[in-house]
Amino acid sequence: MNIPEAFKVSTRALYKNKMRSVLTGLGVIIGIAAVVALVSIGQGVSKKIENQISSLGSNLLIVFPGSTSMGGVHGGFGSVNTLMPSDATAIASQVPDALYVSPAVRWVGQTIFQNQNWATTIMGVGPSFPEIRDWPIAEGNFFDKEDVDGAANVCAIGQVVKDQLFGGIDPIGKIIKISNIPFRVVAVMAAKGTAGFGQDQDDMILAPYTTIQKKLLGIDYLNLIFVKAISSSAVTGAQQEIESLLRQRHNIKSKVDDDFTIRNVTDMLSAVMNITNMLTIFLGSIASISLLVGGIGIMNIMLVSVTERTREIGIRMAVGAKRRDILLQFLLEAVTLSTIGGIIGIILGSVLSLTAGTFIKIPITINVFPVAIAFFFSFAVGVFFGLYPATKASKLNPIEALRYE
Amino acid sequence: MSQDTRQDNKDSVVRAVHLKKTYFLDGVAVPALKEVNLGIAKGSFVSITGASGSGKTTFMNILGCLDKPTEGSYYLEGTDVSSLTPDRLADIRNERIGFIFQNFNLLARTSAMENVELPLVYAGVARHERQKKARELLEMMGLKGFEQHFPQQLSGGQQQRVAIARALVNSPSIILADEPTGNLDSKTSYEIMAILTRLNEQMGVTIILVTHEHDIAGYAQRIITFRDGLVVSDTVNK
Ligand SMILES: Nc1ncnc2c1ncn2[C@@H]1O[C@H](COP(=O)(O)OP(=O)(O)O)[C@@H](O)[C@H]1O
Ligand SMILES: [Mg+2]
Repeated sequence: MNIPEAFKVSTRALYKNKMRSVLTGLGVIIGIAAVVALVSIGQGVSKKIENQISSLGSNLLIVFPGSTSMGGVHGGFGSVNTLMPSDATAIASQVPDALYVSPAVRWVGQTIFQNQNWATTIMGVGPSFPEIRDWPIAEGNFFDKEDVDGAANVCAIGQVVKDQLFGGIDPIGKIIKISNIPFRVVAVMAAKGTAGFGQDQDDMILAPYTTIQKKLLGIDYLNLIFVKAISSSAVTGAQQEIESLLRQRHNIKSKVDDDFTIRNVTDMLSAVMNITNMLTIFLGSIASISLLVGGIGIMNIMLVSVTERTREIGIRMAVGAKRRDILLQFLLEAVTLSTIGGIIGIILGSVLSLTAGTFIKIPITINVFPVAIAFFFSFAVGVFFGLYPATKASKLNPIEALRYE
Repeated sequence: MSQDTRQDNKDSVVRAVHLKKTYFLDGVAVPALKEVNLGIAKGSFVSITGASGSGKTTFMNILGCLDKPTEGSYYLEGTDVSSLTPDRLADIRNERIGFIFQNFNLLARTSAMENVELPLVYAGVARHERQKKARELLEMMGLKGFEQHFPQQLSGGQQQRVAIARALVNSPSIILADEPTGNLDSKTSYEIMAILTRLNEQMGVTIILVTHEHDIAGYAQRIITFRDGLVVSDTVNK
């Protein structure tokens, strides 16, 4: 008997037991759907985080005060005050790989325009901040070096702040109050969207760091220094140069830890990608357990089926079926069941992840590779779990099989 | 019939030589066939009778290549098939043997047509050809119009006729019928016997029939009687 003939016999048998076939296939459908959905969602999350991190700016280095071991980074902004404006100036003048440098301080508080109130983040930065963050200006002109040197009361606002405080009014030239101190709006930043970890970058006011330091916070240190390297290949070099420069400036002896931490956005990206990829693999593996359960379901039903159809097997052998024919018939039955289940599972999983993606705002793409793997696995499950029952069927003794009631 | 079909010669379609079959049940030897020497001529119609447990079915299973003898040889059309591989035996069953069973042994929820086609499926015959042959045979069995019926929609006699059509579809050398009327009422039994007689007389099909009923055995030209795994009588039926 050739394969198309055997295939017809197998599909016919599955069709005759519709309900049973559907229920058995359901195990594989759920397993494959779970794998496809979780892997697609996992990849979507990775993609989203990747987009968000790269939206921080290209070739970006961020210097935090405090060493990693001191908990400086973990402790959040301002827990240590080792970073000074002079460090930023030194980096700008002495690190050739640094294209732009911006000191930064941060404050969170109320802003008021006329009778409108809005709590937001105020970042005190340098004039090159828009270039560092690849952040275009929508209206007006960003404050310049003079404003920074003179600690001018000027600010640039994000789109969210504009909408909240001004509604339809043109904000340029208007005075807003930040912690009761008046600031003139000189620019509106272009919309940038959410920057990772839920923080909306458009919900922000940018002002000269000197103004924020002196008039709002009364501090002389910095919370951060942003550095943009001249090219992606210069990022690592710049990081090393900044490290040795700051160690020297902070008089750190060898074998003593840095009192600052330099984060490379590319490294952060790959670290996060590692985690999300691991998570995706982990979720996929968990989901494959349900596929395994589906496979065992197939094996179970195939064993029942072989027993039930013992006489059929005897009849087929009596009229000339070889062991191979019987094996093929039952194996194809299991494989057909599992691959059809797999195809339905792939479709279901894709629909599920696409739907979930629109709800949780994650860009889902159904990639060929995981789909091909899922298909292959559903096929393999059929072969693996169908082989034992099929072998059992093919080894039946025709006389005993014919006598079976 | 003037010729004595008991003659055992090289032209016998079936020849058993010192055939023995012993079953082992929990280590205890059960001799089902003690020593059988038989030849059955091509084109003959032979009945095998004997009490229950005398070894008739065991003998038929060996003739049908479903089982192998413990000792001795079985020649089918001159070839010793006692030592062939399971696959070769499957081929022989497919090409040269037609089975008719007491309980019909048709595939359930499978049409009469497809049941008849089954041996041809394993012979690798193309679908169109198979259907043509199956339709012809069903018609010959008086089952025109029942091609698409499932066995459970047919009477016992009709089911047995489907089984006969299936047995004939590969134009086998021998038809082996083990108690083919055992599950049928006497009227239907006679109809089936009339069909078998006609197949033998008009088409020259060799038929070996097992029965414990005298009137059924009487349809054959030769009656062989088994007792305790031995042939105890072998007579020409006039
Ligand atoms: N598979 C088997 N295992 C053990 N003993 C068997 C088996 N088949 C048949 N026998 C024994 O062999 C003898 C002959 O059986 P069988 O050929 O079925 O007789 P009959 O068909 O004439 O009634 C009986 O004693 C029976 O119990
Ligand atoms: Mg018997």
